[in-house]
Amino acid sequence: MELNQLTIHELQEKIKNGQTSATQIVESVFSRIGVVEERVHSYIRLMKDQALSAAKKADEDIKIGAIKPLTGIPLALKDIVCTKGIPTTCGSHILHNFVPPYDATVVEKLRDAGAVFVGKANMDEFAMGSSTETSWFGVTRNPWDLERIPGGSSGGSATAVAADECIASIGSDTGGSIRQPAALCGVVGLKPTYGRVSRFGLIAFASSLDQIGPFTKDVEDCAIMMNVLAGYDPRESTSVQAEVPDYRQFVGKDITGWKIGIPKEYFIEGIDPEVAASVKKAIAVIEKCGGQCVDISLPHTEYCLAVYYIIAPAEASSNLARYDGVKYGLRTSEARDLLDMYKKTRTQGFGNEVKRRIMIGTYALSSGYYDAYYKKASQVRALIKQDFAEAFKKCDVILTPTTPTPAFKIGEKMDNPLQMYLSDLFTISSNLAGIPGISVPCGFTAAGLPVGVQFLAGHFEEGKLIQIASAYEKNANLAKRRPQL
Amino acid sequence: MISKQEVEYVAHLARLEIDDAQKDKFTSQLNDILLYIDKLNELDTTGVEPMSHAIAVTNAFREDRIMDSLGTEKSLANAPDGRGEFFRVPKVIE
Repeated sequence: MELNQLTIHELQEKIKNGQTSATQIVESVFSRIGVVEERVHSYIRLMKDQALSAAKKADEDIKIGAIKPLTGIPLALKDIVCTKGIPTTCGSHILHNFVPPYDATVVEKLRDAGAVFVGKANMDEFAMGSSTETSWFGVTRNPWDLERIPGGSSGGSATAVAADECIASIGSDTGGSIRQPAALCGVVGLKPTYGRVSRFGLIAFASSLDQIGPFTKDVEDCAIMMNVLAGYDPRESTSVQAEVPDYRQFVGKDITGWKIGIPKEYFIEGIDPEVAASVKKAIAVIEKCGGQCVDISLPHTEYCLAVYYIIAPAEASSNLARYDGVKYGLRTSEARDLLDMYKKTRTQGFGNEVKRRIMIGTYALSSGYYDAYYKKASQVRALIKQDFAEAFKKCDVILTPTTPTPAFKIGEKMDNPLQMYLSDLFTISSNLAGIPGISVPCGFTAAGLPVGVQFLAGHFEEGKLIQIASAYEKNANLAKRRPQL
Repeated sequence: MISKQEVEYVAHLARLEIDDAQKDKFTSQLNDILLYIDKLNELDTTGVEPMSHAIAVTNAFREDRIMDSLGTEKSLANAPDGRGEFFRVPKVIE
């Protein structure tokens, strides 16, 4: 096994035993990048020099026994989290030259924990997309089939982990942007509870839905990452002052007697039969682990997508008003006056999907339409949250497919926004309700495409997700496969 | 239904320019999306309190004391046209 193929906890063992060094690990990762990056395109920007000097520093720490939770571990960062002195583009032309003067809180935390940053991962422009095709920097390809999309919007963060171009990575999830690409690329992805991880330094898309979370090669690594990421941040007014447990204690714990809710609305016609079959097998594994499945109903499920496609664009249209060519980013060179400068800058700087969402959001918030759209959506959102509150009276955790289908072909849905939106059908509800969700690999289709199973729990119950995901992972006995690149 | 004129007006509100070909495409795509969204009207939401945040957080206050800020130089470092202590923009008044 190459070092780049190992997990965080495996590498930590090797580091502690003196079997490897941070420099060797980061060199192994960059040698892998040299072989596969041209075909996969996980990254917008590599940070090789910084990574090598961070690894050197990590080796000095290791020498004096100062080993922290992520010492010497190479990570990728979605290019939506601000990195001081390193361009942060959000996948957009309008921010192609933006160099943040500060680090996001998560970047500070990861660096303080000893992590080594490999690069900034590719993403759909402003995280608006489900396929990483809307990036201004070109598409990212699925390592399991280069003709297919990796999912999105955190596509590069998912492929970098799946293709061993890093050990773990950071993504953000507004409607499924961590869990959906995790499922389609065969890795673990967790969206924490809204407020669990600080959004300070995360470029805003839809502020009431956005949340940062990890991509990892297994569930134990997910727990290790969450131990570093979670916690209150005085710089972020929606981050919550709730106690953060040691997530690693949930790894390997028994789930006997747990009630697992199976929502009938998530097992509908239209799901790919191979996805349905894999998820059914996952249910059987959970029952073998001592979980007891109960039928539940989330009656407002069919309205989630409609609610999301009002709330997210409305918040986005407001958040993206700041890109006006004045303070940072692109400015057009051909403006007659100030208004013309705003319009031309934004027209040249944003791609079509971003424009479409700004337009929907502006329309929904415009005079005379607010009650019909935004207010109505916010009311239905309350009903959706209530559905989950009722469901969690009957079960500990909810189990669903992560996505309705495996990865689709590049270009297949670019001209049909609604079809594209449907791939987030099963992930959006938890953003609306603010609850945490994890996607764990649960097998492959006959064509060799990964499938994911999703677990959802109540607010601040990430520990339960790690417990059931780890029990599943241990008992599923899935064949170890790696993409052939 | 949203008309082509409304699409033009919304684009203006959003400070975007769209050409004729795009106007047609956007009008039809936005109509598809709005038609889908109409689904929400199947539900009676009379008396349901609109939800604005997933977690019950009210205003987060901190003590009113001076903390470090970015400073002029760093604030202007990314400006497309920064002069001295100012962001320069094209003329506003004729």
